Amino acid sequence: MARYITQRLVYMVITMFLIATFTFFLMKFLPGTPLSAADRLSEEQQAVVLAKYGLDDPVPVQYFNYMVNLVQGDLGISFQFDNREVTTIILDRIGPSLQIGLQAMIIGTLLGMLLGLVSAIYHNGFLDYGSTFTAVIGQSVPSFVFAGIFQYFVGVKLGWFPVALWGTWEHTVMPTLSLAIFPLAIAARFMRTEMLEVMGSDYITTARAKGVNKFGVVFKHGVRNALIPLITVLGPLAVGLMTGTLVIESIFAVPGIGDQFVKSINTNDFPIIMGTTLFFAFFFIIIVLVIDLLYGIIDPRIRLAEGE
Amino acid sequence: MDNHKPNKDLFVPVDTREDDSEKISRPSLSFWQDSFIRLRKNVGAMIGLVVLILLIVMAAIGPSLNEYDQFEQDLSRAKMPPKIEGMGWLGMDGTLSTVQTNDSLDQAETNALMRFNNDEDYIETTVLNDGSNGEPAEVEAVYDVYAAKDMEEQNFWFGTDGLGRDLFTRAWEGTRISLYIAFLAAAIDMVIGVAYGGISAYYGGRVDNYMQRIIEVLIGVPNLVIVILMILILEPGILSITIALTITGWISMARIVRGQILKLKNQEFVLASRTLGAPDGRILRKHLIPNVLSLIIINTMFTIPSAIFFEAFLSFIGLGLPTPLASLGTLVEDGFQSLQIYPHILFFPALIISLIMIAFNMLADGLRDAFDPKMRE
Repeated sequence: MARYITQRLVYMVITMFLIATFTFFLMKFLPGTPLSAADRLSEEQQAVVLAKYGLDDPVPVQYFNYMVNLVQGDLGISFQFDNREVTTIILDRIGPSLQIGLQAMIIGTLLGMLLGLVSAIYHNGFLDYGSTFTAVIGQSVPSFVFAGIFQYFVGVKLGWFPVALWGTWEHTVMPTLSLAIFPLAIAARFMRTEMLEVMGSDYITTARAKGVNKFGVVFKHGVRNALIPLITVLGPLAVGLMTGTLVIESIFAVPGIGDQFVKSINTNDFPIIMGTTLFFAFFFIIIVLVIDLLYGIIDPRIRLAEGE
Repeated sequence: MDNHKPNKDLFVPVDTREDDSEKISRPSLSFWQDSFIRLRKNVGAMIGLVVLILLIVMAAIGPSLNEYDQFEQDLSRAKMPPKIEGMGWLGMDGTLSTVQTNDSLDQAETNALMRFNNDEDYIETTVLNDGSNGEPAEVEAVYDVYAAKDMEEQNFWFGTDGLGRDLFTRAWEGTRISLYIAFLAAAIDMVIGVAYGGISAYYGGRVDNYMQRIIEVLIGVPNLVIVILMILILEPGILSITIALTITGWISMARIVRGQILKLKNQEFVLASRTLGAPDGRILRKHLIPNVLSLIIINTMFTIPSAIFFEAFLSFIGLGLPTPLASLGTLVEDGFQSLQIYPHILFFPALIISLIMIAFNMLADGLRDAFDPKMRE
C-alpha cells in the first residue's frame, strides 16, 4: 500500500510539473498581448509595464521564476485587476463554486442512488422503465439545456427562484439542480446495475433462506455491497461537475472560479488563465487520487489482492 | 379375437445416417448478423437510430429547404418568432404573447400594451382575471409580429435571431458543422487509439512499458484543461476544435484496445497464423483488430456525443467557432442572450442538440447489449 501511494504521488508531481510547464510555454506563444493599448503607448511606457509584470526577462528566466513562485503557492499578479494576486482571486471565488458543486454532487448522487434502487427492486416493472428512461435523458441532455429550461420556466415564467446572480440560498437552487441531473443519472444507472448483480449473488440467497425480511435483505445485505463500486464513478463525476460549473456559472452569473475563468479568456488575462488551469488540474488529480485510495480502504478484497 | 394385423408396407425404414444429429438445421449466423438481430429487437436503440437518421437527413437537406441564407442579415426582421403555416396549434403562429399582472386592471392592460411598443393595431388583449375577486388583475396580450412588420407572406419556421438571420437554415447548418466535428474527432480518436493500443499490446515488453507510462501521465491531465489550452493557441476554427478534442480523446480507446489485444494475442488462432508465417502487420490487421472491432464501435459511439458536448461547451466559454459560422454550440450560446423575451432562439438548437445526444447514447447502449449480451445490465 505504501509503495502504491508513493508511486501515485510521484506520478502526480510529474503530471503537475508537465501541466505547469506546458501551460507556461503555451501562454508565451499565444497570439495577442496583455497590453490592450499597445499601439498608443510609447516604447518606454511599454517597457515599464512589462517590467512590472516581469515580462522583460528572457523566457527561461521567466520560466524559472514562475516555477519557483508556483511551488510557494504564488501564481503571479492579474493583468486585469491591478495588483491583485491570482491566488487571492481564486481563493475569493472558490466558495460559490464549491458550494454549488458539493450541493449538486450530494443531491445528485443521493437521489440517483434512490432511483437506481427503486429500478432494481421493481426490475422490469413500470417504475424500472420510467427511471431508466429518466437516467438516459439526464445522462444525455447537456447541463446547459437544463439550465435554460429552469431559467425560463422556473425563473421567468413561474418566478419561484431568482433568474441569476448570487446571495441567498435561493440563488443556489437552479444552478445546483442543473448540475445535479448528470450525477443523478449516472448514479441511478450504476446503482441499478450493481444492485441487480448483488441481488443475484449467493449470499443474498443465503440471507433469504435464513429468513431475513425483504427490507433487511435489500438494505443490510444488498445496498451496502452495491455501494462499493459506486465510489469509482464519483471521480469522473466530480470532474464532469467541474466542466459543468464553467458553463453553469456563466449562465447564472455565479461569482465562482468558472465565471472568472471564462471572463479571463475573453480579456487575455494570462496569469488568471494559467492559475485557474493549474488549479483545475490540481483539483482533478487530487480527487482521482483520493478516490482510488478510498476505494482500496473501503473494499477489503482489493487490499487482499494487492497483498498477494 | 381377430387380431388386426397392420400392413407391413406402411412401415418404411427411416433413411438415417450416423451424422444426422450433427447437421445444422438453422442458417448459420455470423457474429455481425447475430448482433444485428439482437439490435433490431431493442426498441430504444431503434428509436435512437431512426431519430439520428432523420437528424442527419435534415442536416443534409435542411439549409436548402427555404429561400433564406444562413448569413443573410436584416435588422428589420430581427428576433421574429417562429411561424409555420398551419401549425398555429403548436404555438408557432408568429405571435408573441405576455401576461401582465397588476393590482389594477387598467395598469395591467397598459403594461401589456407597453411590452409591445403600444402597437395597438396588432395587439389583442384578453382579460384573464379582472381582479374583482380580490386577486391581482391579469391581462394577456398577443402581438402579431408578422402582421405588424408587414411580412405576412413570409414564414420563418424557427424564427430569426438578433441579426434577422433565419434560424431554420442556421440550425441545420449548425447541426451539420457539429456532426462534422464530432464524426471527424471520433474517427481520428479511433485511428490513433487503435494503432497505439494495438502496437503497445502486441509488441509488449519494453515498448508496452514506455507507451503505458506516457498514457499514465496523459490520463492525469484533465481533458478540459488540454482542450482549452489547445484552442487558445490554435485560434478557434472547425479544424482546431477537432484537433483539440482528439489530443486526449484517443486515450480511452487505446486502453480498451490494449486490454483486449493482450487477452487475444496468446490464443491459438494467432499462433497458427504466426506459424504460417504471417507478418506482424497482417496478424494485427486481419486477426486481432477484427476481434476488437465491436468494442471499437461501441467506444466510438460514445465518443461522438461527448465531442458534440465539448464543442458546445467551448462556444459557451467564448472559445467556439468564430462568427458568423453557426454550430449548435454557438446557436445555444446565442439563445441564452435573449432567453427571457425570445425563448425560441434557444429552444430549437437546444432541442436538436439534446435529441442528438439522446439518440447517440440510446443507440450506443443498444449496440453494447447487442455485441455482448453478457455486458447487459
